[in-house]
Amino acid sequence: MSELTLKANIDRPDDFYADLLAAHEGLSKAESDALNARLIFVLANQIGDREVLRQALAAAKQAMHRDPARS
Amino acid sequence: MTKIFETPLYPYERTKDQDAAEPVRHPVVVIGAGPIGLAAAIDLARHDVPVVILDENDKVSWGSRAICFAKRPLEILDRLGCGQEMVDMGVQWNLGKVFFGDRKVYDFNLLPEEGHHRPAFINLQQYYFEEYLVNRARVLEAEGKPINLRGGSKVTAVDAKDDGVLMTVETPDGPYRIIADWVIACDGAGSPVRSMMGLDFVGRVFEDNFLIADVVMEAGFPTERWFWFDPPFNKGQSALLHKQPDNVWRIDLQLGWDIDKEKEKKPENVIPRLKAMLGEDAKFELEWVSIYTFQCRRMEKFRHGRVIFAGDAAHQVSPFGARGANSGLQDTDNLIWKLKLVMEGKVPETLLDSYDAERVHAADENILNSSRSTDFITPKSDQSRIFRDAVLDLAEHFEFARPIVNSGRLSVPATYDGSPLNGPDVDEMPRRTRPGAPAVDAPVGNGWLLSRLGDRFQLMTIDAEAPDRIDVSGIEVERLELSAKDDPSGALAERYLGDAQAGIYLMRPDQHVAARWTKFNEAELRSAVNTATGRI
Ligand SMILES: Cc1cc2nc3c(=O)[nH]c(=O)nc-3n(C[C@H](O)[C@H](O)[C@H](O)COP(=O)(O)OP(=O)(O)OC[C@H]3O[C@@H](n4cnc5c(N)ncnc54)[C@H](O)[C@@H]3O)c2cc1C
Repeated sequence: MSELTLKANIDRPDDFYADLLAAHEGLSKAESDALNARLIFVLANQIGDREVLRQALAAAKQAMHRDPARS
Repeated sequence: MTKIFETPLYPYERTKDQDAAEPVRHPVVVIGAGPIGLAAAIDLARHDVPVVILDENDKVSWGSRAICFAKRPLEILDRLGCGQEMVDMGVQWNLGKVFFGDRKVYDFNLLPEEGHHRPAFINLQQYYFEEYLVNRARVLEAEGKPINLRGGSKVTAVDAKDDGVLMTVETPDGPYRIIADWVIACDGAGSPVRSMMGLDFVGRVFEDNFLIADVVMEAGFPTERWFWFDPPFNKGQSALLHKQPDNVWRIDLQLGWDIDKEKEKKPENVIPRLKAMLGEDAKFELEWVSIYTFQCRRMEKFRHGRVIFAGDAAHQVSPFGARGANSGLQDTDNLIWKLKLVMEGKVPETLLDSYDAERVHAADENILNSSRSTDFITPKSDQSRIFRDAVLDLAEHFEFARPIVNSGRLSVPATYDGSPLNGPDVDEMPRRTRPGAPAVDAPVGNGWLLSRLGDRFQLMTIDAEAPDRIDVSGIEVERLELSAKDDPSGALAERYLGDAQAGIYLMRPDQHVAARWTKFNEAELRSAVNTATGRI
């Protein structure tokens, strides 16, 4: 079974970050939300492995910052 | 013309029981003559178990309700002797189209697997379905089988005791009482029997309403299933168009939660909605209109001593995926052979608890599937709508997203994994025919495998030796001798042998696999039969 990698794995991360911002450039909030959602499905399909996807969901949740004033 | 669902098919008739001084005792009483009660009674009568069916009504289902009947229930109906009529009358379809907004995002072909007698499913009005079951019951009655269908007979009290169930039956001539050794409660989702016994029915209500309309029209639409997400004629909601026999079309329109049901049901409000969908010039006639709120729930236990619940009385699902009647038929398929063995005193009464274990497992699977379809069709939050719409947008362009689109998953039978009745398995054999699974059809000789299975325990041998008959303490196991060569297409070997050279399958009377081996061993077979009948 595969493991989710949580070590740096993206070649030239600044470029990827810039690509991500560029993709959202000029979009409304609703259009950006929709783009993000489509991107999640495209990436998830690439990963395929349900176990890795489960770990990815858990990692994303783990890093959630709870606003102390609201919790 | 009077519709079949307006015609009394089993009008009230006075019975001897009403004149008896003491309540008359019957081996089995089935409460409810819907699809499930009728199937249960037919199965019992075929096995010469005397059965009385009580229904407060005397007609088939009002309006069509269920329209999609899947392959497994059709196979069960074949065993009951009325599958052919259903398939002959039903509409078969393979093509589906999915629309999002004003665009078609993709179409699909079900491409059912080759080598099965029955199609993936048919569309047929529930009233025809019930009519054919009533006809079958009448034929059995004429052949002298012990089946007695009593219309206009409403059960108003149930007193379940350890040694029998006393019921009060209300009729046009007033009430009478009868006793049954066993009661099968098939009295529908609102089950009065369940309420009278104070039993729970918990689950989830989906806060939404659907307008279900059957219209008769000579339309140019092809025989396909069309499903719309957020169509221009029903903004923010969903819609479905599906064909039935006699030029009847099923239309589902999602209406949302805050509506006035009585007002929405009025033809003057329904017709403009349908015209917006079908076109201003469409010529159609309303056959039946209803508004539903869907629920997914089940009883905690289906067996309560001598009262056993089946069909909608035991579990209810939203109709996406057509699992209501389809799964109810699998309930009685599972129950009747067990009840018969218990009544014959050949096995302990606890065999009936396996009905509970196996069918609760199946109900949970159906509830899970139909809840997921409902969640996809009617997103419950802004975020779930964003995800849902993302999948639909992707599906228009990329094949990978299409399997995620969920407008109802085809009803497939449950495999009873983990059932206490399951015996040994063989690793190199195909998973789809493992113990607990329903037999998979395959061509054999010039017929079909499933027509040779059912109603008794059988030892199916494929290129393997075994005795022709074995008696296991009163339960006879009959051999069905087959060879992979009986099916030149190779489906039999592919479905039952896999990497094995030979196969021995112990098949239950409901055509489910109980155990399998690669060669015959009498001690193991005896032990598997005892396990499969709750003796161990
Ligand atoms: C809009 C819609 C679409 C559907 N589509 C599908 C589909 O495509 N495929 C599918 O498989 N399922 C579908 N279903 C579900 C299907 O209609 C039900 O699952 C099915 O009718 C259940 O059958 P039943 O025999 O358990 O109960 P019912 O059909 O409800 O029958 C219960 C019977 O019990 C009788 N009764 C009730 N109380 C008493 C009493 N006190 N005494 C005597 N008799 C009594 C009633 O008169 C009735 O005849 C759909 C349902 C709806 C509403």
